[in-house]
Amino acid sequence: MVQLETKANNRTFFSRIRRMPRAWVGLAFVLLVLLSALFAPMLTQLDPLAQFRDGLSDVGTPLPPNAQYILGTDHLGRDLWTRLLYGGQVSLAISIIANVTAAILGTLIGLLAGYYSGLIDSLLMRFTEVLLAFPAILLALGLGSVLRPSIPVVILILAVITWPTLARVVRSQVLSVRERQFIESARCCGGSDWYIIFQHILPHTITVTVVWMTLSIASSVLIEASLSYLGVGVPPPTPSWGNMISDGQTRYRLAPWMILIPTLAILLTTLGFNLLGDAVRDALDPRTSHRS
Amino acid sequence: MIQYLIRRLIGAVGVIFGVATITFIMVFLMPGDAARMYAGPRAPEETVQRIRELWGLDQPLPVQYVRYLARAAQGDLGRSTRDNRPVLQAVLERLPATLQLAVAGLFVELAIGIPLGIVAALKRNSWVDNLATVFGLIGISIPPFALGLVALYVFGFLIPIFPLGGYGTPLHLVLPALILGFGGAAFYARVLRNNLLEVMGEDYIRTARAKGLSPSVVLRRHTLRNALLPTVTLAGLDLALLLGGVVVIEAVFGWPGIGLQAFNAIRNQDTPIIMGTVLFASTAVVFINLAVDFLYVTLDPRVRVS
Repeated sequence: MVQLETKANNRTFFSRIRRMPRAWVGLAFVLLVLLSALFAPMLTQLDPLAQFRDGLSDVGTPLPPNAQYILGTDHLGRDLWTRLLYGGQVSLAISIIANVTAAILGTLIGLLAGYYSGLIDSLLMRFTEVLLAFPAILLALGLGSVLRPSIPVVILILAVITWPTLARVVRSQVLSVRERQFIESARCCGGSDWYIIFQHILPHTITVTVVWMTLSIASSVLIEASLSYLGVGVPPPTPSWGNMISDGQTRYRLAPWMILIPTLAILLTTLGFNLLGDAVRDALDPRTSHRS
Repeated sequence: MIQYLIRRLIGAVGVIFGVATITFIMVFLMPGDAARMYAGPRAPEETVQRIRELWGLDQPLPVQYVRYLARAAQGDLGRSTRDNRPVLQAVLERLPATLQLAVAGLFVELAIGIPLGIVAALKRNSWVDNLATVFGLIGISIPPFALGLVALYVFGFLIPIFPLGGYGTPLHLVLPALILGFGGAAFYARVLRNNLLEVMGEDYIRTARAKGLSPSVVLRRHTLRNALLPTVTLAGLDLALLLGGVVVIEAVFGWPGIGLQAFNAIRNQDTPIIMGTVLFASTAVVFINLAVDFLYVTLDPRVRVS
C-alpha cells in the first residue's frame, strides 16, 4: 500500500516537474557550472596561479578579453578564464561540502528534537534559536576573525550558520509524522526508538532536506563570496569567485571585467540552484499546482 | 496576554545570554595572545604580564566567563586592542550611520516590494507578474557586494550621477540604500503576492464584493489589511538579514557605520571590536523581533484570543 502510494507520488512529481521550464533552465545552469568546474583541466591548459609576463599591458594594467586570454587577465597577469574554472571548483566544493555537513547535522538534531519532546527538544531548539539570532554574515565574520582563514574554516563557518534552519524544518516535519498511525504500530511491534527514527521517520524528512539543500547551496555560494570579499574566506592566491571579485574591487575603473566575470559566474550558479530548488518544491507541493 | 509578553521577554533574555556565551567562546578560541598583541612584539614580558592581569586573562576560564557576562550586562564590551577605546562607545558612535542606511534600505524594500507584490497579484501571470518573478530570482541570486561594485562602476564612473562611495549628502545614500534594499524588495514582493492571492480566495472577500463594495475599497480595507499582516513579522526577521547585509554594503561604499568598522577591525585583528559588534547587533535583532511580536499582537486581534 505504502509502496504504491510512493510510486504514484513519484510519477506525479516527475510529470509535473518535466512540464516546468524553470526546472530545465535551472538544471542546465547547474550542470553547466558543475561540469565546467569538474572538467577545468580539460577546458584550460594554463595554471590558475601562474602570472604571465604577457598577461599585463605595457604599463602593467590587466588585459581585457582578447584572443590569447579569452576573458582577460587580472592585476597579476593571471588568466581569468582559468581562474574562473578553478575558482568554481573551490567555491562549489566549499558550498556543497558545507551543505552536506549541515544537512547531516540539521537532520540529526531535527530528528532528535522532534522525536524526543521535552528537555532534549527545548535544549536543542533554544540552541538553534541562539544561533539564528546572529545575523549570519556577522557570525561568520566573528568566526572568521578568530580562526585563521582557510578552506576548511570557511566550510565550518558555512555549516555552522546553515544547519539551524534545517533543524527547525526537519523538526516540524517530525512532529507531524510522529503522530501518524504507522509509527504507533511500529512501536507496538516492539521497534526501538532508533529503529523508528531512522526506518520510519527519516524517510519522511528526506524530501524537505533535498529541497532545502538545493536552495541553501545557492545562498552558501553567496555567503562564501561575501566572506572571501571581506577577507575572512578563502585565502589568496587560491582562486575563489569571492576573492576574485575582491581583487577587482580597487581596480573596477581600470578593469571592470575582473568584477563582472566572477559575478556572472556566481549569478549563473545561484540562479540555477534557486530555479531548480523552487521547481522541485512546487512539484512536491500539490497545492501550488492550483495556485499558479 | 501579559503572560505571553512576559514569557517572550524571558525567552529573549535567554537567547541574549546564549549569544553572549557563544561570543565568549569565540573570543576564547582566538589564536594568539591578546595581551601580547596589544603590547606589541617588542614589549618586555612583565608589561605583557601586567596587561594580562589588568584584563583578567590570568584568571581561570569560568571566572573570566562570569566577569565577561557581568561586564557585558553593564554595557562594558571591552576595549579596542588598537586604540584602547571602549567598544560600546566605538559602536555607538558609528551606529547613526548604520541606522540611516538600514532604514533607507528598509524603505527601498517596502517602497518597491509592496507595490510590485500588489500589481503582481492583481495581474496574475501578466508580464508584470513575470517581471516581478524574474526580479525576485535575480534579487536573491546576485551577491550584493558585486551588484554594489557594478552599480558604482556604472552610475559613479561611466555615468557619473552618484559619488563613488563615501558619506554625507543624501546623494551618497542613494546607491547603497538601493543595493541594500534590492534583494529584500524582491522578497517582499513575492511574499506579498502569495499572501494576497491566498486572501483573495477567502469567503469574506467574496462577501465584501457581493455587498457591492468597489474593487479598490475591497482591496484596501479587506484584502491588503489581511495580506500585509504577515509582512510585519517578516520585517523583523528581515532586519537580521539587513544588518548582515549592511556590513558588506558599508565595506563596498565606504559607509562609516558599524559594519565598515568591523570590516576594518578584521584587518587590524581588533577582536574586541568585532565581537562587540556581533554581540551588539545580535542583541538588537533579538529585541527588534520581540518588539515586532508585540506589535503583531496589537495589530492582529485574532492572535490575542488564541
